[in-house]
Amino acid sequence: MNSKIYITVGHYGSGKTEYSVNYALHLKKTYDKVFLVDLDIVNPYFRSNDARSLLESSGITVIAPDYAGTNVDIPALPPDVMRIFNVDDAAIVIDVGGDDDGAIALGRYKRFFDDADVSVSLVVNTRRPLSGTIEEIIEMKENIELSSRLSVTDLIADTNISDETTKEIIEEGYKIVKEVSKHLNIPIKYVVSAIDENFSEEVNNKLFKIERKLLKI
Amino acid sequence: MAEKVLVKGNEAIAEAAIMAGCRYFFGYPITPQTEISAYMAKRMPKIGGVFLQAESEVSAANMVYGAAGAGARVMTSSSSPGISLKAEALSYMAGADLPCVVINIVRAGPGLGGIQPSQCDYFQATKGHGHGDYRVIVLAPSSVHEIVDMTADAFDMADIYRMPVMILGDGMLGQMMEPVVFEKKESGRCVPEKTWATTGTEMKREHNVINSLYIEPNVLEKIVLERYEKYAQIEATEKKYEAYKTDDAEFVLTAYGSVARICKNAVDELRAQGIKAGLIRPITLWPFPSEAYLEHTKNAKGIMSVEMSMGQMIEDVKLAVNGTIPVYFYGRTGGNIPYPNEIIDEVKKIIGGDK
Repeated sequence: MNSKIYITVGHYGSGKTEYSVNYALHLKKTYDKVFLVDLDIVNPYFRSNDARSLLESSGITVIAPDYAGTNVDIPALPPDVMRIFNVDDAAIVIDVGGDDDGAIALGRYKRFFDDADVSVSLVVNTRRPLSGTIEEIIEMKENIELSSRLSVTDLIADTNISDETTKEIIEEGYKIVKEVSKHLNIPIKYVVSAIDENFSEEVNNKLFKIERKLLKI
Repeated sequence: MAEKVLVKGNEAIAEAAIMAGCRYFFGYPITPQTEISAYMAKRMPKIGGVFLQAESEVSAANMVYGAAGAGARVMTSSSSPGISLKAEALSYMAGADLPCVVINIVRAGPGLGGIQPSQCDYFQATKGHGHGDYRVIVLAPSSVHEIVDMTADAFDMADIYRMPVMILGDGMLGQMMEPVVFEKKESGRCVPEKTWATTGTEMKREHNVINSLYIEPNVLEKIVLERYEKYAQIEATEKKYEAYKTDDAEFVLTAYGSVARICKNAVDELRAQGIKAGLIRPITLWPFPSEAYLEHTKNAKGIMSVEMSMGQMIEDVKLAVNGTIPVYFYGRTGGNIPYPNEIIDEVKKIIGGDK
């Protein structure tokens, strides 16, 4: 199997799902086959599966727990996740549940990930409680790595306070994530923004523009 | 944390409780409030506090009884079915005059019901839960920002009046994320020292007793009467509500919590369409701000209670308007959330029907 797997982990509420949905749509521009796997077994509110119809109409295959979004939403992994390890020439985005609790779900697939082309992105919103400082972000990364049995390969700076996000807030978040990046020697893959702004050159070079697909206020 | 951060309603409750000096949390997970426990589990060990996941809601609530008796600022949280289980301890705490803060992030019922937002525990919160002649103060925030201020106030009120205070939210409020600033504000309230708590006599005073058992009818009656004097004082001083565009309103909506926000949109849209609408939002559900209803419906031809239930608060609204104007109802239940256009259509139907 020569497919590329992109795993998104991070603090719950950091923006993993909005990023994953947007990233899957982005990958669809270059890949014929794109999968989005909703592996959130922690929180049944706000999940990738909520964007299922949008994704499917864009030609993306959504794999989610059978009962996602229903009253019998239970922490069980969808059996057809195994499909992704048998598909060629595809891009696969895996949206994982929040924190180390959510990352536990990944451990079960370790032996398959070991043989695959996998990147693990840690999504960081420095304006979320418990992930605002360099120390907290590093602690979160270590806990997620322990429970997922995977190593974080890149960082995604996704600092935002929803509708009130400004250029300054995104730049400030990038600076903190840059410190984390230096400290851990892990590159920053993207700086996520839902707003159009005249960012600094550094941020601009890594900018990944998203549209909010799950929550429209 | 003086800068704006993006937090969930549930996290806001937890952090605001910690800021208010809460160092003991006993709980048991249930959707849609589990983030409160999850946050407490991460934060409490770092600040020398105690987070304990009990073996059941019944145990958690009785641990709250113990900690409250020892004078601690203590909290528990749950969602509807879990609150039913905690009801016994609530009655005992009311009967032993113990302060504590209880959170109910309401989900659809009855029974296990569903995990989506609901307001179907209004009766339980304001009239019921456990047995006996007692009240708890019930606060109904409608935004994450309001949760922060209200949680701090809940702890102060619990200590001042020596009684449980409940914050009644719903799944929508618990799960929604909004930017807030966590700032310690001076409440201006005078919180008395807990001289009644079982903190150890050090052989310097008589021992304190925490108890709700009084076999002698005259003794129990006297204690209950004294407690009701306290409740009368709360009714006289603690009622809170928000009136929105009611001055010239010909038709008034009333709703609490997250539904009040939906109603504000409906009011604005109705006004844009030439219908003078307004909103009364009770912030304290007990004591219920009854007086607000006569004061703010002077020009109104009718009032409609909008709830995520089959109609529970409407009973208090009817008592409050006392027959002066007709009282209507619009509600969704089962975990469904009313949309502004549904409310607008209902208002138009009523107003049209009057002509």
